[in-house]
Amino acid sequence: MSFNLQKIRNDFPILSRKINGYPLVYLDNAATSQKPQQVIDCIVDYYSNYNANIHRGVHTLSQEATDAYEAARQKIQTHFNAKEAFEIIFTAGTTHGINLVASGFSEILKKGDEIIVSAMEHHSNIVPWQMLCEKTGAILKVIPMNEEGVLIISEYEKLLNIKTKLVFVNHVSNALGTINPIAEIIEKAHRVGAAVLVDGAQSCSHIKPDFQKLDVDFYVTSAHKMCGPTGVGILYMKEELGNKLPPYQGGGEMIAEVTFEKTTYAGLPHKFEAGTPNICGGIAFGAAIDYLNNIGFEAIEKHENELLKYATEKLLEIDGLKIYGTGPNKTSVVSFNIEGIHPYDIGTIVDKLGIAVRTGHHCAQPIMDFYKIPGTVRASFAFYNTLEEVDALVNAVKKAKMMLS
Amino acid sequence: MTIEAIQEELIDEFSMFEDWMQRYEYMIELGKSLPLIDENLKNDDKLIKGCQSKVWLNSEMKDGNIIFTADSDAIITKGIIAILVRVFSNQKPQAILDANTNFIDEIGLKEHLSPTRANGLVSMIKQMKMYALAYQTQHKN
Repeated sequence: MSFNLQKIRNDFPILSRKINGYPLVYLDNAATSQKPQQVIDCIVDYYSNYNANIHRGVHTLSQEATDAYEAARQKIQTHFNAKEAFEIIFTAGTTHGINLVASGFSEILKKGDEIIVSAMEHHSNIVPWQMLCEKTGAILKVIPMNEEGVLIISEYEKLLNIKTKLVFVNHVSNALGTINPIAEIIEKAHRVGAAVLVDGAQSCSHIKPDFQKLDVDFYVTSAHKMCGPTGVGILYMKEELGNKLPPYQGGGEMIAEVTFEKTTYAGLPHKFEAGTPNICGGIAFGAAIDYLNNIGFEAIEKHENELLKYATEKLLEIDGLKIYGTGPNKTSVVSFNIEGIHPYDIGTIVDKLGIAVRTGHHCAQPIMDFYKIPGTVRASFAFYNTLEEVDALVNAVKKAKMMLS
Repeated sequence: MTIEAIQEELIDEFSMFEDWMQRYEYMIELGKSLPLIDENLKNDDKLIKGCQSKVWLNSEMKDGNIIFTADSDAIITKGIIAILVRVFSNQKPQAILDANTNFIDEIGLKEHLSPTRANGLVSMIKQMKMYALAYQTQHKN
């Protein structure tokens, strides 16, 4: 399919809304993406025509729902090139996936073991590891970043040693947009026998990671940043690691056999999928992936890079504006401040002009501390945004600056 | 002046403006007249939780009235707290406790009244009423 921006925009009903009398300019895609009609239809279709609990019933509806749910799992497997469909665990989202792995490792790690995180993690990828370290006596180490918001790989190499058991890093920083060199990070971790978990919450709407090629051990992401619904995501884990990791939650669905003396756990993926899952969410996640692939990630990347380049150039023309995250490899995220103006003030004014951006610390306070700022204004673009919307943002920021200085 | 009279005055002032931009500009202007909190008091105890920007609020009793001083690192927020200080400062604790805040809707700042709004206007009002309650309880004892 060729990249027809107007046709794509017509797929998203919300994009025709007006906010405060202005056409909505939605530039908060790093928080969550909007949903195309195809995904909305899929959700309506599920509840209208084949809603049933899965993996249990012998009746037709249950079979249909199970087939659709498992078909979605396979679709996700194919999309990310996982070796097996059962290596894809459905979760409630990225944070759930991270906590599942952290919980499993709390029984594996010993005192003195080391785990490494990067300096540009989201709180959801810091807090679980701090809790894990408190519980196990393991030590948390941090890969520093430079002024450009790029991880310093030579420092990472120094942190790695035989005691390193786990490395956790985001594929793309939510606050800066930096794309981290995860292939290199994984390869170096494996040399000392450490496993790597990659947080892909910010990457999968922009790029298409290949799990086998990356040789990644764990990879987590959320559907809602990829045009799918909220409340569903995946945790990919290599089969041998999945077999080693103890289950996270007890309940139905995750067992092979239960007596009061002993319960035998089910195999992957069911071992980690206790209880009735978000069936509709899983199926709609599949529909979202179909939607994105139909447009094509090459086309998505090309258009988003164009938006990023244009937005960066235009914003930098504003006197006193500074962009945080200026590395060479970035997704379409521009995090910025204007000298002497609080990001919250800018966010408030541009919202009055119909433009949705995020302000604040973006759940990444260590990054804000690094730059010694209270927060930033973050504009994050998706493939359905236009160059005209970049202009609208730039004009709104100029207006805000005029009012606020 | 009573709280109601000050609120009426504010409604009058804001009614002169035709659009949100003029209202915001005026609010920013009002922020400049905010009686500032003493720099030494700008500590965590005086910070109001629930704001994306920092808001410090102090209160003291003078001749039976509560005097508020405040500051913020964001200027729109500073304008909002300035409006509240103008309304509630130099008033009796009971009057502050009894006051309603419908005027905020009438001066066209309704959107800031949502409790989930990150500027914390609701938290500011709550904090002012908490101070009033504390002074009143102290006084009764």
